[in-house]
Amino acid sequence: MRRESLINVLLAAGLLGFPLWAYVMNEPFLITLSTRVAILALAGVGLNIALGLGGLVSLGHAAFFGIGGYAMGILASHAQSYAPLMESPFLIEGTKSMPIIWLVAIIASGLAALMIGGLSLRTSGVYFIMITLAFGQMFFYFSISWPAYGGEDGLSIYVRNGFPGLNTLDPIQFFLICYVLLVAVLFFANRLAQSPFGLALNAARQNAMRVETVGITPYQLRLTGFVISGMITGLAGALFADLNRFVSPSMFSWQTSGEIMIFVILGGTARLFGPVAGAAVFIALEHILGGLSEFWHIYLGVLLLGIVLFARGGIIGTLAGHEVRHD
Amino acid sequence: MSLLSLEHVTASYGASQALFDVSLQVGAGEVVALMGRNGMGKTTTIKTILHMVSATAGKVTFDGHDLRNLPSHKIARLGIGLVPEGRRCFPNLSVEENLIAAARAGHWDLARVSQLFPRLGERSTQSAASLSGGEQQMLAIGRALMTNPRLLILDEATEGLAPIVRQEIWSAIAMLKHETGLAILVVDKSLKELRQIADQAVILQRGTTVWQDKMVNLTAETTDRYLGI
Repeated sequence: MRRESLINVLLAAGLLGFPLWAYVMNEPFLITLSTRVAILALAGVGLNIALGLGGLVSLGHAAFFGIGGYAMGILASHAQSYAPLMESPFLIEGTKSMPIIWLVAIIASGLAALMIGGLSLRTSGVYFIMITLAFGQMFFYFSISWPAYGGEDGLSIYVRNGFPGLNTLDPIQFFLICYVLLVAVLFFANRLAQSPFGLALNAARQNAMRVETVGITPYQLRLTGFVISGMITGLAGALFADLNRFVSPSMFSWQTSGEIMIFVILGGTARLFGPVAGAAVFIALEHILGGLSEFWHIYLGVLLLGIVLFARGGIIGTLAGHEVRHD
Repeated sequence: MSLLSLEHVTASYGASQALFDVSLQVGAGEVVALMGRNGMGKTTTIKTILHMVSATAGKVTFDGHDLRNLPSHKIARLGIGLVPEGRRCFPNLSVEENLIAAARAGHWDLARVSQLFPRLGERSTQSAASLSGGEQQMLAIGRALMTNPRLLILDEATEGLAPIVRQEIWSAIAMLKHETGLAILVVDKSLKELRQIADQAVILQRGTTVWQDKMVNLTAETTDRYLGI
């Protein structure tokens, strides 16, 4: 087994084992922390497809995270108030069903990614970064000025949404839902990276012109990758909102985009389990250092600086040694 | 009718004109050698065919399609496979991944490319960056073949390689000509091998076609005059 595969197995086992241990020790807060890791890692896995595989430095992924969150918030709030979402030309009611909410979140964020990617991928480099950032901020300010769904104060959902056959209010059961989704998406991301599409996207990151000379359009490749990436991040947003039973404009903020990017860079760009390692370290630092000082981000900044300067493959890349394959 | 045809093509890099009057034809199943001293416009001609450099005048057609208004990827999809100068594989992908990334349905697949270049089959999981120069060149040819082209363009495919590896590459090109009937436009400085393999020859001088005929008609006087050989 390759060293990186072994690290991945250990990480997956650790992320499952820690909350199970917390369950045995009756520590629900630690289970919730693990759930946060699983959800934020999922958002990172989404961004990693665009950033790691496609080389697309998107500072607007919070838009998809927020859209997923608001998809959950809007559907659940209407179900909570028994007020239909729309009455004409046809009736659409809210729902408390997680699978339906996930589907809506994935579709809505995918459509947004298609629109944002369709425009922003016509540019590259710093212009791409700025356009994605601008789109993210547009969604942020739109959500602030949307009083129907809480405006600046956000939207509270009093009861967690349901999943057939499970008690989602039980922290360990909700964690297992998020964990299974994370593992399923990691499996998908792995297959995607090894598929002809993923390889071509990777090749386009290395040299777009060379890819064109073998008959592939980098724009279409990147747009497809960006949409898939947005859909996964949207799903993470819906789960995050369900975890907190609260959505707010902060989900759309550029700081959220930055944090998702930090998970990826910290763990290892283009590494399958990079976002898992990154999210776990981020949450651990937030929990441990956050208790010591409210300025804990300073320590995170130092760590990130160290990773960027001395360990370009991130945590996974450093542990896997010579197997770093991302430039 | 020619598969590829360039008629009185001119092209520029910004204000600097590189091609002044290039004409050449490649028929189906034909091997054409594009020759000339360094800086005479051979690579620019290839870039113009693939619209990596825009032709400012003249006609560039492939199988009846005007290539001047098509983007590079559409030109490649019409059936032109390029082996660029300097190999240029995707270094972070393995040998097999490099080939799969370019693959389109047709005669050429992983098994056939490995048959043509057994070394690639042996190193299928190795990263392209770790290959020797000769192996990278084989990979570049394999990658172009995986697009299942009707015309293969080889730009300095044997440049800088050890004699034994060059021989392997020339043998593979000969096999492509005789067993698959692929049309090939080859840029190279190895006159001896070109004489053995090419049906036609085109010589460029200062961005202009100065000689175009059957390879058998290429005399020592002509090569001395235009190529300095």
